[in-house]
Amino acid sequence: MANPSEKAGFLNRDILLRTLIPIGVVACLILAWQLIILAYEIPQYILPGPVAVANSLYKDWGTLAPALWVTTQITMQALALALIGGVGIAVFLVQSKWIEIAFYPITVILQVTPIVAIAPLILIYAPTTQVALLICAFLVAFFPILSNMVQGLKSVDHNLLNLFDLYGASRWQTLIFLKLPASLPYFLTGLRIGGGLALIAAVVAEFAAGSAGAGSGLAFRLLEAQYRLNIPRLFAALVLLSLLGVVIFAITSFISWFFLHRWHESSLRREN
Amino acid sequence: MTPTQAPTTPTSVDTRKRALVTMRGVSKQFSSGTLALSDMSLTVEGGEFVSLLGPSGCGKSTALRIIAGLGDVTSGTIDWPSSRINSKGLPEGDISFVFQEPTLMPWQTVFGNVHLPLKLRGISKSAARADIMAALETVGLKDFAEAYPRELSGGMKMRVSIARALVTKPKLLLMDEPFAALDEITRQKLNDDVLRLWQETGITVIFVTHSVFESAYLSNRIVVMKARPGRVHADFPLVTSLERDAHYRTSEDYRQACEKVSTMLIEAMGGEEH
Repeated sequence: MANPSEKAGFLNRDILLRTLIPIGVVACLILAWQLIILAYEIPQYILPGPVAVANSLYKDWGTLAPALWVTTQITMQALALALIGGVGIAVFLVQSKWIEIAFYPITVILQVTPIVAIAPLILIYAPTTQVALLICAFLVAFFPILSNMVQGLKSVDHNLLNLFDLYGASRWQTLIFLKLPASLPYFLTGLRIGGGLALIAAVVAEFAAGSAGAGSGLAFRLLEAQYRLNIPRLFAALVLLSLLGVVIFAITSFISWFFLHRWHESSLRREN
Repeated sequence: MTPTQAPTTPTSVDTRKRALVTMRGVSKQFSSGTLALSDMSLTVEGGEFVSLLGPSGCGKSTALRIIAGLGDVTSGTIDWPSSRINSKGLPEGDISFVFQEPTLMPWQTVFGNVHLPLKLRGISKSAARADIMAALETVGLKDFAEAYPRELSGGMKMRVSIARALVTKPKLLLMDEPFAALDEITRQKLNDDVLRLWQETGITVIFVTHSVFESAYLSNRIVVMKARPGRVHADFPLVTSLERDAHYRTSEDYRQACEKVSTMLIEAMGGEEH
């Protein structure tokens, strides 16, 4: 039988392996990339090696850092607005069957219309490019949060609803103490999807805005580097974008774990 | 020929003999058209332990929900003569319900779950602490206040559900096949707990079950129901001079009670296509 300290030791080793193995794999891939570049003497303007990319990241940091900050801001603001809007509208939609019948199709139309197609329009109507980017990213991130939240609010255990009725709970109490906590797992799924989509939408919108001649986010720097055939910088911008994506994923996953780990099945280790 | 007898209350304490709930000619039709209850009349007095027994589809759960004030009646009246009635025309605070499933909020601890009925009345955690701990002590879960429902066994979850029902100190406890999903050993243990609770607190219990043996063990009055449409087939007291415990389970009184209940149930199911 394992005693507690042995079990803790096992868990630590488990965590260590879980961290080291993926890092090792990525390191090997980067090494292989550099070796291939060296072995086949591939020129930088076709495929730069990781060293050249790292070099560009360091050298162009003055250009790339502000761009990274702009993209981060737009993504985070869009996500925050999408959270408020998604949850708010979901709560509104489930208030009555008729409200849902009347308004849900509009949200679906907003979702299924490709964002690149409305980006030029938004660029015309929005007061500044920043606002336009924000609107685009918001529209994309908002829907998964809304649809998950609607699903969650409608999936509340009927017996618990009966129980709340029995104890004479008001609509407000039922929402705060039952419906919102019960839909938390759905909300957090929406958040994880929405977080990733917000970044994608920010990049797509920047591409659209960049081609209209304005913008200073990472996606614009990426396009600019391509026009100038500065491929190492293009890769550097790409690396920063993926890092940003990873950070958003890590943060949303952590938030999800934080709220669910004590009670929800999805966060529990299965022991057989 | 109906074997219905006038309901009598075997408890000798006269002060308890006040009608808690009265159904008069209640019918309930669902929106699907199913007639779940037809012309059901029932009066339950203080201190009774009534079992509603019958085949599935006889409307016993529907009757219980109506007694709880959940859902409207299609015709007839339901009245709670000794309860305060709120603005919605429903009894306030005197009735608790235990569902077939524990129906706990998984995101709340045991303490939080038992706190719920009081929280909905605006009583804070600290003000409710003594009542919550007392209710948990009654069901033997005082040490599990900070546990989450997922950490408990099926029987323990059911106890939490009972503690939650008791925390408001109700006059009437409604139980809808509460132990049907539990194993036989846990079930007997919980049956004994409910009996002890009934004897110690004088609470009135209406217990829905499809088990002849459970109803014969627990109740001092049995209402046998008939299906399609749901209605009362027989209503009779079960009197015994014996203490209801492990000995009672092997006694002649219990055997006779089971036989009587069983006969009534078979009668109620007679003429029904299987």
